[in-house]
Order: sequence, then C-alpha cells, then structure tokens
Amino acid sequence: MAQKINKTRSEPQAVLQEKDRKRKAAMLQVLAQEFRLTVLDILHEKGTGHWGGAASAAELLVALYFHAMNVRPEEPSWPLRDRLVVSKGHASCMLYTVLAHRGYFAPAELKTFRQIDSRLQGHPCMLKTPGVDMSTGPLGHGTSVALGMALAARLLGKSYWTYVLLGDGDLNEGQTWEAIMAAAKFKPERLVALIDYNKVQLDGPSEQIMPMDPLPEKLRAFNWNVAPVVYDGHNTVEVLDSLDWVKSQRQWPAAVIYQTHKGQGVSFMENNAQWHGAVIDDATYTKARQELLQTLQKLEELV
Amino acid sequence: MTAVNVAMRDAFGEALLALAPDVPEMIVLDADVSTSTRTAAFGQRHVNRFFNVGVAEANMLDIAAGMATCGLRPIVSTFAVFLTLKGADQVRNIICYNKLPVILAGNYGGLSDSYDGASHHSILDIAIMRAMPNLTVVVPADGVELRQALDAALRRDGPTYIRICRNPTPVLFADAPPLEIGKVRKLKDGSDLTIAVCGVPTSMAIEAADRLAQRGVSADLLEVATIKPIDAEALVISARKTGKVLTVEEHTIHGGLGSAVAEVLSQRAPTRMSLIGIEDRFTESGAYDALLRKYGISVERIESEAMRLLAQ
Repeated sequence: MAQKINKTRSEPQAVLQEKDRKRKAAMLQVLAQEFRLTVLDILHEKGTGHWGGAASAAELLVALYFHAMNVRPEEPSWPLRDRLVVSKGHASCMLYTVLAHRGYFAPAELKTFRQIDSRLQGHPCMLKTPGVDMSTGPLGHGTSVALGMALAARLLGKSYWTYVLLGDGDLNEGQTWEAIMAAAKFKPERLVALIDYNKVQLDGPSEQIMPMDPLPEKLRAFNWNVAPVVYDGHNTVEVLDSLDWVKSQRQWPAAVIYQTHKGQGVSFMENNAQWHGAVIDDATYTKARQELLQTLQKLEELV
Repeated sequence: MTAVNVAMRDAFGEALLALAPDVPEMIVLDADVSTSTRTAAFGQRHVNRFFNVGVAEANMLDIAAGMATCGLRPIVSTFAVFLTLKGADQVRNIICYNKLPVILAGNYGGLSDSYDGASHHSILDIAIMRAMPNLTVVVPADGVELRQALDAALRRDGPTYIRICRNPTPVLFADAPPLEIGKVRKLKDGSDLTIAVCGVPTSMAIEAADRLAQRGVSADLLEVATIKPIDAEALVISARKTGKVLTVEEHTIHGGLGSAVAEVLSQRAPTRMSLIGIEDRFTESGAYDALLRKYGISVERIESEAMRLLAQ
C-alpha cells in the first residue's frame, strides 16, 4: 500500500492527464486523503496550525489544482494563469501541501511550515510562497481581491478564471457582503466563489456563533448565479460535477456551495470546533492517523 | 508668493485626466464621493477605467489590491479619514504586506472638511499610514506638488499614500523644481532654528519665516513632503546647524511629522524641539481658516513658538 501511495504522490501528472472521469475522481479522492495525512503529520510535528479548516477544504483544493485550474507551477506568476484566493487562509497547510505536490516547490519544504525563516508562513503570503496568488488570513478580504483580479482580466482582455474559496468565518465579515454586492454590480466574467460550508467556526457551530442560512437564497437575493444544488465537498465526483457546472455558466458572478465537514476524515475531530486550531498531541495523532490511513487504503482500492 | 489659490482636490481631478493617456494601466476607484474628490470627471471620460464601489471603503481597497496583482495601477480615492481608518486592515494586510502598487488618495485631509466636524477631520491619518511597512507617505503642500506626487507614485514600486486638501490654498511651487520623493525641499536657508513643515501650513511657515527674518531671526525652512521615507540626512544636517527644531503640521502632534522628526533626531542628533499641531483632542465644525487658527496652526503661532523655542 505504501508503495501505491508513494507512486500516486510522486506522479501528480498522472492525475492531471487522466481522461477517464470516474478514475480521475477516484485519484483526486486518494490525493485529498493523502494530503490530509501529510497535513496531520506536519501539524503534529510542529505543534501549531489549523486542522479543521484544512481538512474541510482538501477535496476542493485538490480538484482546483489537479483538475480545474490552468496554471504553470514552473512559472508561478504566468500572467494568464487562473487565480485562486484562499480567503480562509487558515487552511494554509493544506494549500501548501497541494501546491508542493502540484510542483510549485519541493514537498520536503513542507516540514518548515510555521518555522522561523520558512517560506511557509502561518497564513499564506504571496511574496514568500510560490503559487500563492494572495496573502490571506484576516477573514473577509478574499472576495474583494478576487473581484479586483476578475475585473483586471476584463480590463486587460485576458480570459483567466478567478476563484475565491470562502469559509463560514469569511461569510461573517461585513466586507464579504460589500464584495458580494459589488461583484453583482460589475459582473466580471469567470469570477467564481466556492463556499466551504462546514458550519463550524472557531468558537462553535455557526448556528450558535453566526447563522448564515439560508445561504443560497441570500446569494441569489444579492444577484449571484448560484449552483442549483449544494454539492458534497468531500465527494470528488460531485466536486467535478460542480466545476463542470461552473465552466458551463454565462452569468456572473457564480457561486457554488459545498456541504463539508470541519476536520473531515477523523471521526472524533469532525464538526468539532475544538479542532479548529488545537495542538494535536501524540495520543490524538496516533488515533487520527490510523483512521485517515484506513480510509486511504479503502480509497486506494477504488482507483 | 503668488496670490493664486488652487484646491488640491481640483488639481487631483485634473491630474487624473492629464495622466490617463500616458498611463493606460491607471484605474480609479471611488466610494460614492467622486463629485467631492473630483474623480468624477475621470469617471465620465474613462468609463471603463473608473469604478464607483458605493460606500464600501474596505472593499474598494482590496478590489484595487486584486487589480494591482494583475499589472494595473489603481488609484483609490475617498475621504482620508475613512480611507485610513475603515481601510486600515486592508491597507496593512493586503496592500502593504504584499507591496502592491496602489495609490491611496486621502482627500479632505486634515481639517479641510471643516464644517462636517470632528468625525470628518482626518488628523491621525499620517500617524496610521506611516506605521505601515512598505508604504510611502506624501503630504503635498500645494496642487503642483500634489500632481508631481501622483505622477511619481504611479512610477514607483509599492504603495503610496497621498494626502489631499479639500480647499483652495496658495500655489507655492509652480516654478520650483519638481518634488523628489524622499527628499526635503529647502525653502529658506538659516542658522537660528529649523522649521520643518508639511502640507497646507507650508505657506504659513514661509510667511512666519519672513516675519522672523524681520526680527533678525534666520530660520532654516524645510518642507518635508515625504513623511516616509523621511529625509533623515537633511533633518540631521539642519538640526546640527541650528540646534533648535520646530515642526508644523495639520495633524495631531502624536504620531505625525513632529514625531517622525523626533524619532530621527533623538537618535542621531538630539535637539530641543517644539511641535505645532493639534493636541490630543477632538475638533469641531467651523470655517477652515478659523479651525486652523483655533487649533494652533497659524502664522502667528509659528512665529511666537519659534521665539519661545529660541528663548529656551
């Protein structure tokens, strides 16, 4: 099994080039789970970082970088590349893991996460990490920045896509709604909001902290083109379907809402606000790793 | 000094129109105050390059940041008090952290939105902006210098904050060499005390220096348009020469030009100083001239404070 895992990791291009959709979805599912293991390893070793939001966004980030986005890891600032603003910047460890395995930098560097002199800051920094399109961390910035990038595409006559990945906390921020209003006014082509809607925040369930429902109706009322269904953000078949929907749209801006689980993959961490950013001790790590590995083995069988 | 008065905001609006053909990547954003800030004419002439985002300053700053990452040169315009306070997070965490070439045009600077009262007076913008790493901070003294600052900022890497006055003020530098970012402008050579001034009070400092000359006091008069990076060398040379430094600004004395000068001199050339500016307090509504006078920014005050400093 270990050999199989290593092979998939060492050959990300295989996922990129896979034509069979079912097999591609299975491969993306494996990659996402592998990256969860990597993130868990790093967070445990470093004793710092955010597990919950990183695990929640694994399939979405993998599907973007290994399927949807037109990028050149060897040329990170290629002007025509598709952009991603990870507005929920605390998912940094998952973003770095995906970028490293996509070819932006050596996966060995992941071990320097949050360490002094590292290029891998606690929250993403575009000047330090190849592949990061915008520094994020303080919530609420992403949608505005993505709107600016999408408007720039229009102004410069370019046709790249701009994605913004949002979490519950982002949706609490007033600025996000300023940007949502402005995006509906200016309607830039190919601006897409992907909402990692796990409904758990740092302090507890969103329904106790700041309920956002009915979210699709809110976005529609703000004149966004919202996907007709809420997709399962941990099922790569559904994630691929959602990205197909996105690519077939003509009305902008567009939004997709994903039902996700904070801390996905580890039963006792899922949907539990405690694991937003808690330190993962040795005993927890051992238990969590075992669960992630078991699931990975099952997923491997499906490829 | 010529008697012509020009409002910096009008010079700003005209400069945008003049620069537009030469700088095609220049974009202007405003937050529903374009008729006040004078960006409206640009918006009418260049419909596709102008974005009125409504009353949403934070959003406007980050939209500009996103544009700047893609090669555009956005100019963000609104009232300075809202730009620097409502937008402080965006200026710091997005624009400055990423060294993005966004121009922050803080209009209605100082007390110039005089009748609107304390809520609209921008008297701590310099303090906030100069605390931001990577940000250049420019406080022009007239419409000519404002235009030069804008022109220079468009050609620089990284972000620039430019403070703009709402009201007509004397034109000082129509025939002077252009503003050089990071350099003081020596307006008068003297040896008894240094007067360092920025912005609208510059014309007052010039007049005060003339009056002091009539009393036999020669002032070394420096116009410090660039608050950051500050021209430390010129300040140190002048302070060593005169041994007394008076700073004058249309801003709270906590964190503005006076503080910036003191940071330099206390470390490199400790000098007795006096700071003219607004005390630690809220201001009030009134005519611009009356407000400036009431809050201690006037020719008379500069003259008397200079004499007091010299007597120490």
